[in-house]
Amino acid sequence: MENITFFLNALRSYQYLQNAMIAGVLVGIICGVMGCFIILRGMALMGDAISHAVLPGVVIAYMLGFSFFIGAVISGVITALGIGYISQNTKIKDDTAIGIMFTAAFALGIVLITSLRGTDVHLWHILFGNVLAVSRQDLWITFIIGAIVLSCIALFYKQFLLSSFDPIMAQAIGMPTKLIHYFLMLLLSLVTVAALSTVGIVLVVAMLITPGATAFLLTERLPTMLIISAAVGVVSSVLGVYYSFIYDVATGGSIVLVASILFGITFLFAPKQGLLMNWLRKKKILKYL
Amino acid sequence: METNHVVKIENLSVSYHGTEALQNISFSVLPKQLIGIIGPNGAGKSTLIKAIMGLIDKDEGDIKLFNDSMEKAYKKIAYVPQHNDIDLDFPVLVEDVVMMGRYPHLPWWGRPRTKDYQTVEACLKKVGMLSFRKKQIGALSGGQRQRVFLARALAQEAHLFFLDEPFAAIDVTSEKIIIDILRRLKEESKTIFVVHHDLSKAETYFDSLILLNKKLVKYGKSHEVFNIEKLQEAYEDNVAILSDKNKFVAVSG
Repeated sequence: MENITFFLNALRSYQYLQNAMIAGVLVGIICGVMGCFIILRGMALMGDAISHAVLPGVVIAYMLGFSFFIGAVISGVITALGIGYISQNTKIKDDTAIGIMFTAAFALGIVLITSLRGTDVHLWHILFGNVLAVSRQDLWITFIIGAIVLSCIALFYKQFLLSSFDPIMAQAIGMPTKLIHYFLMLLLSLVTVAALSTVGIVLVVAMLITPGATAFLLTERLPTMLIISAAVGVVSSVLGVYYSFIYDVATGGSIVLVASILFGITFLFAPKQGLLMNWLRKKKILKYL
Repeated sequence: METNHVVKIENLSVSYHGTEALQNISFSVLPKQLIGIIGPNGAGKSTLIKAIMGLIDKDEGDIKLFNDSMEKAYKKIAYVPQHNDIDLDFPVLVEDVVMMGRYPHLPWWGRPRTKDYQTVEACLKKVGMLSFRKKQIGALSGGQRQRVFLARALAQEAHLFFLDEPFAAIDVTSEKIIIDILRRLKEESKTIFVVHHDLSKAETYFDSLILLNKKLVKYGKSHEVFNIEKLQEAYEDNVAILSDKNKFVAVSG
């Protein structure tokens, strides 16, 4: 209780903490919603890949002085195209192509960033986030990305739903399924930029898939799944920022840990899919309750 | 004047990674028919309908739907997938799946309207699945699920239907409901292609048959196609035929 009052007082007085909180909430929503489509399309690994692949774009954007946005989108989409090209034109399977391309992009990013000696770009901050240094400008970027991503998902909801559920029918009625795939990768690159300062590149994938997976265990409808997933993302961010402030530990890490714990609880106790209920059903104990 | 063929295929060849799946297929189909596509495993039955719908690239040949190119026929075609092509854990309800059938008729940004909800309800009623509308798709039996996908195809209000093994592993009631609906569709002048595995019912279910084994063995009225020599030609040694003078029963391996 004492801790909570202390935190709330700090939240009232420190601008940086307010910014961190707002950024966390926004990222929780954006990643939660986007993540549902990633896991339903079976693309968790792809999500991890694209978020890592954003690194060289961000570094080059910094070196040449243009927006992180553009750099990230370009390197994310090039990597996605490269993965698609390799798996379609050789006998190499998707997951192998993903492994080759994203590590290559990530390695390029690390080499570039370490070549920039004596600057204020910190590898550590890009990789693991530095939520307590979120500026007003960063918040705006996150906000704009959020608006773009959420309105695209609202606008193309039908296309995303059908091409994820039944890609053959989607193609048969003339939906451009490949274009939809690459468009999603583009949005994914944007989401990574938005999450850069809160959780960092390495842990973005957790914010994408863990809340989505939690929601997946709790509902049987996509609209509900999107809402639950966003809610889990927000709760993880808020609690994560809180614990990281109180115990003075890394924010990205604590946000992701909270999300993982929420998933663990759901995994054990979800009313339909949970381990406990499955066990009770198997033992036929439910009948007597 | 050109005859009004629903499907007209000339010299179609398709290959997967260098192996030929379909060789030099030509046939044309007039409207108002219920057509079964039969042939042994790996004969290219699914490949044929996917090629007609433009889902896979062809090596050679020309496909015309409604006397026009495939791209202009999207709104007139409905497709019922093979049951194991579907992710049963996907968070969609029965009514959500049937609503997907309305998508071709909605503008790309548009949401379903009252009329679309009514169509969904009517189509679910036709296949006897209205009371299951709020169930998740994985909670149904194989036959019920197949009826839901047929309802989705009905909601598309298409003219040309493709069904990929709709009768595989389903209950008798569902099978009867589905074949009745397909016959009614035919009476409404629609054309229906059905990939079919079970030879015992092929002749009674369909007006015409396409007998396939990479090449087109025979296409014609069911009784013309369904004879011992043609079946043996297509199935090579993988068919057991029990026959007396006038009747015979064919069982494929």
